[in-house]
Amino acid sequence: MTVAVQNVDTPGVNPAAAPRAVSSGGRRRGAGLIGLAPFAVFVGFFLGLPTYKIVVGALHGPDGSWTLASVRQLAHDPYKDALVQTVKLSLYTALLGGALGLAIAFAVVSSTSTLLRHVVSTASGVLAYFGGVPLAFAFLATMGPQGLATRWLVHIGVHLERFQLYGFNGLTLVYLYFQIPLMVLVIYPALEGLRPQWFEAARNLGASRAQYWRFVGGPVLLPPVLGAVMLLFANSLAAYATARALTSGSIPLLSVQIANTLSSNVGPSQENLGYAMGLELIVIVALAMVGYSLLQRRAARWAG
Amino acid sequence: MRYARWTVLGLAGLFFVLPLGASIEFSLRDKGNGHSFSAWRQMFDVPGFTDGLVTSLILALGTMILVLALMIPTVAWLHLRLPRWRRTVETICILPLVIPPVALAISITGTFGADGVVGKQTPWFFTPITLFGQQILPILLLEYVVLALPFTYRTLDAGMSSISAATLVEAARNLGASWPTTLLRVIVPNLRTPILSAAILGGAMVLGELTLALLLFAPTFPVWTINAGAQADPKIGVAASMLILLVSWILLMMMSLLGSHRPNKLARRAAR
Repeated sequence: MTVAVQNVDTPGVNPAAAPRAVSSGGRRRGAGLIGLAPFAVFVGFFLGLPTYKIVVGALHGPDGSWTLASVRQLAHDPYKDALVQTVKLSLYTALLGGALGLAIAFAVVSSTSTLLRHVVSTASGVLAYFGGVPLAFAFLATMGPQGLATRWLVHIGVHLERFQLYGFNGLTLVYLYFQIPLMVLVIYPALEGLRPQWFEAARNLGASRAQYWRFVGGPVLLPPVLGAVMLLFANSLAAYATARALTSGSIPLLSVQIANTLSSNVGPSQENLGYAMGLELIVIVALAMVGYSLLQRRAARWAG
Repeated sequence: MRYARWTVLGLAGLFFVLPLGASIEFSLRDKGNGHSFSAWRQMFDVPGFTDGLVTSLILALGTMILVLALMIPTVAWLHLRLPRWRRTVETICILPLVIPPVALAISITGTFGADGVVGKQTPWFFTPITLFGQQILPILLLEYVVLALPFTYRTLDAGMSSISAATLVEAARNLGASWPTTLLRVIVPNLRTPILSAAILGGAMVLGELTLALLLFAPTFPVWTINAGAQADPKIGVAASMLILLVSWILLMMMSLLGSHRPNKLARRAAR
């Protein structure tokens, strides 16, 4: 919950809002916050408490005393390498998946077929969560040494010996299988919100297609696109079942390491290490959120 | 432009259909070189098939209802009354994505289980209740709602941003509508696509989720799939995972088609 605490005070510190709060806004703002109460209670209980447990676990030793020992271990291999690989994989799949998903969503939104829209949005919903052993297997059956596509390609004389499904590039490709649908699904409402009237109005006023995207479409779409890419980044940070099934540990991702320490019976000291890695993931996302906030602010200025 | 669109869709179709096709082909392989439906037929005889399927469907439906009931008012409220808090809520909502499911499952047991953070007693939502003849673990449902938060928030937020909500609500309020009326009859109809997307994502997530169910000992369909694949025949495991994909897709497709058949098709055509 460290993330939340940073932002909680911001409304209060804003000097512009302060005088109004003194005169008449105080009661109204209190009433406004009540609207968030159901969300706050639910999330505090079912997300906040487990998160608190992870944070506390990361800062404790096996004997129950406070210590930074587990956190310090993160700076050494194999955990340092795991951090690098995890962030790299998440970054690549978020950017690639974001770009490809955006292209597909555009293709769908610009077509007049409603059936296509239904098929793509529902299929995206299902595939965005397809993962683990079934996904790893599906790719092995397609592009593994004896896979369907591999055999076809060999049949027409193409050999892809340099491509390793179990390697980093292979894992990136497999991750795109759930990242792209997620992007399609999340960005679709924003694309649908781009009114055709805006384009027509811009054209009537003499704007070129490029100018429309530079001054109207782009600024409107940029914040939701950034938000979606951020979501994709977070989504692949903790994904583990697929990586574990496909690479069986040859690429040491943080999520795989966490599962190893928490689900095996290696002892309580390992449990604290697992929690420490969990905390590490939370911190990465908090940092990414800060960067994303700054980007959003720039995007808002561009639009303004 | 039109060619570009069909090229994009064609390539995407190939990328997404091929692995599924290869899986299905594998599940149809027979002894020798032929193909048959034997794995698909045997699947129904493995004990626990129906129970697992129904349990997963109940959980999916419950998650959709709960997460929408919680998040539609929250997101609407954020946009209309507390825009400053949007970034905070967004940050909180993204957290469930990053907490590794294994860590979440262990810490849930540590928090709510006996001798946990909450107390000595196991709370009521940590013991199964019977719903439609199936044993449902309330905490699993509640944590699925938590897991559904990131995508629900993102889609609803994008939807709210794209309608001029403030104007609509002002108009409704000026005409004397109460807050609940405004929410149900002005906001919700305008958010149909995002609400559907959110429900679809939530449902699909529950139907495919494995780690949490496994570690909290809930007999859902994905858990059954893993066991069937391991105990009976890998082909049955593959067939079952393809089946759940197909079933969720058909269900969502039905929801999507039914949800969009509304009279304002005419109005939309007029607006174009």
